Amino acid sequence: MSDAESPSDEFEPIDVFEDEETPDLRPGADSCYKCSTCDTNCPVAEVDDDFPGPKFQGPEQWRLKRKEDTSVDSSISKCSNCMRCDSACPSDVPLSQMHNTARAEYVDEELSKTSLTYWRNRILANYRTSAFLASKMPRIANFAMNFGPARWAMEKTLGVTSERDFPAFATETFREWWEREGGADGSRERAREARERRGEDVDAEKKVAYFHGCYANYNTPEVGKAMVRVFEHFGYELVVPEQRCSGTPMFANGMLEDAERHAKVNVSSMGDLVTQGYDAIASCTSCSMALRQEYPELFDIDGIEDLAENTWEALEYLRVQEDLSGELSAAVVEDEDLAELAYHAPCHARNQGLDGQALELFEDLAGVDAEDVGDSCSGISGTYGWKEEKYETSMKIGEEMFDHMEEAEGEVGMTECPTCAMQMEHGTGYEIKHPLEVVESALI
Amino acid sequence: MAFPGDPRSDAKVTRYAHALDGDADGERERLAAHVARVHEGEPRVGFPAVLGEDHPAEIRAALADALDADVFEVPMGPPSLPGIRLEYAYRDALGEAGVHVVRRPVVDYETDGDGRLTAAVVERNGQHVPHYADSFVLATGGLVGKGLDSDRGGVREPVFDCHVPHPADRYDWFVDDVYGEQPYPRFGVVVDDDLRPRDADGRIEFENLRAAGSVVGGHDFAAECSGTGVSLATGDAAGTAAGSDTQ
Repeated sequence: MSDAESPSDEFEPIDVFEDEETPDLRPGADSCYKCSTCDTNCPVAEVDDDFPGPKFQGPEQWRLKRKEDTSVDSSISKCSNCMRCDSACPSDVPLSQMHNTARAEYVDEELSKTSLTYWRNRILANYRTSAFLASKMPRIANFAMNFGPARWAMEKTLGVTSERDFPAFATETFREWWEREGGADGSRERAREARERRGEDVDAEKKVAYFHGCYANYNTPEVGKAMVRVFEHFGYELVVPEQRCSGTPMFANGMLEDAERHAKVNVSSMGDLVTQGYDAIASCTSCSMALRQEYPELFDIDGIEDLAENTWEALEYLRVQEDLSGELSAAVVEDEDLAELAYHAPCHARNQGLDGQALELFEDLAGVDAEDVGDSCSGISGTYGWKEEKYETSMKIGEEMFDHMEEAEGEVGMTECPTCAMQMEHGTGYEIKHPLEVVESALI
Repeated sequence: MAFPGDPRSDAKVTRYAHALDGDADGERERLAAHVARVHEGEPRVGFPAVLGEDHPAEIRAALADALDADVFEVPMGPPSLPGIRLEYAYRDALGEAGVHVVRRPVVDYETDGDGRLTAAVVERNGQHVPHYADSFVLATGGLVGKGLDSDRGGVREPVFDCHVPHPADRYDWFVDDVYGEQPYPRFGVVVDDDLRPRDADGRIEFENLRAAGSVVGGHDFAAECSGTGVSLATGDAAGTAAGSDTQ
């Protein structure tokens, strides 16, 4: 806006930013005209009267903080980072960016580094580390993680709720399977065969780099396998580059330094491939959200914008590049487990404009009837619902979704987000599928 | 007057609405009882617009019954519950009509090079995805809704860059009398009888683009209290015309 331009050479804007790396949040704060639409869309404020809501956490707190001796209010840790406020705002205020920076400052300056809460949050945020260790001995880990007395102790000492069952670790990770299938070389061969079968140019440049995220690797490799098979079916050759956590649970816990360390690895390995003409594809909507929006909002890493602009969610990509709808409307799904699906759109999918995608795609797919269970938040928001003191809030937010799932036909759920899936299963006992698994069943 | 259950003094409008929707502790009856203490047989009783998000008709009927009077709502500032209800009703109607909704901004467009739009390009956190259609309606709002953009240099319609007439000198955009005949609220695109925006020379901008609502110039909705009327009339006409084009 030119209103921010200097009217004369003498004009010196007030320097309110500590350094060049700190994101400039002032234009966002100034754009807020206090309509409070964010507050009415916030799932936490809906069930917790004492939570002041996104408008306070974002623009108002930012303005208050201009005064000296004002610290970030502890209520920031009640924000679950669902990011619904971002898409609710009619004025493009970068609310989640403001929340992420405020939360990081709160953790940095207000939370004792020797407190159990800090370490509990750090362990939860670094889920990849625990999952990595557990994947070395998955059967023992699966037993130990859901062993009653151990869980009781975890709740009492660390504040990790014992109400939830830990997700099972796969006995073979996605990456182990991928290596066994021949890795990138195997994929290149299968993709060439597919292109030939489809009557396409066998030498066509159809190359994607898969960001599987931690969950598809350690817990639900079937989602990663579906991704590989579906993309190869359309003639794409995949590579699975070195990767760390996308950072989503770290942003949500105010651990921006951890997140940046992981982001650097991801931007470097994925970014190199993007430079070579690969597109980056994620099957988890929170991972794609992080790479597309949070990375460029929060970090200043070489190549980060390039990666953000070339990152896609899996089905979104195929819809734009291929005639996915056409192939699906000519296909039939015979797996009876997929006949009736209760679909929940994750908040992070909603923010990427992907909330209607799965339902639209499966509208003309024979053998599948997918039903929307409403636009409420599932309430788990990654690590949020695992915290003992947040568990009740998390389940209260989820109530609307559970009710709609019970009302829907069938007892199988569907969603793109691994932690929404956890919550859906926890609240209803349903088995939960990823849309890629449905596409796999239809086309492969 | 206190609301039953004693919510926080800065409680959100949705808090009152949901309490009345759920009626878990007889909130509807208790609210009527509070009002009954000061109600002296007036035929109409007005409430702030908090009478439910999901079941407003039921709540209004329950209060009217208990008070033996007509009950109406007085609209308040944002966030407006009647607005939220309208949004839900719209969403449900779209769903029933089989319409798919993508809630992301349109940042660009594609044409056939011959005066017709072919696609609206939607931004999705960095991605630019074209959505193809036979007909388009521009209903992006006015200066507040950001369907019109302005800076010191001028006023623009940012999506299709439709012509928005305005004085070259920005000191002519307003008059000093705050409640006087202000020019700036009337800024907007100029449409023909078929609601198709016109360029500076009076030619149609795109054969298959129509405009509706506050992005259309020539009215001052705040001074005239004409916002809803203009939106409904132009929305209906533009939607009908766009629809008949695609038949």
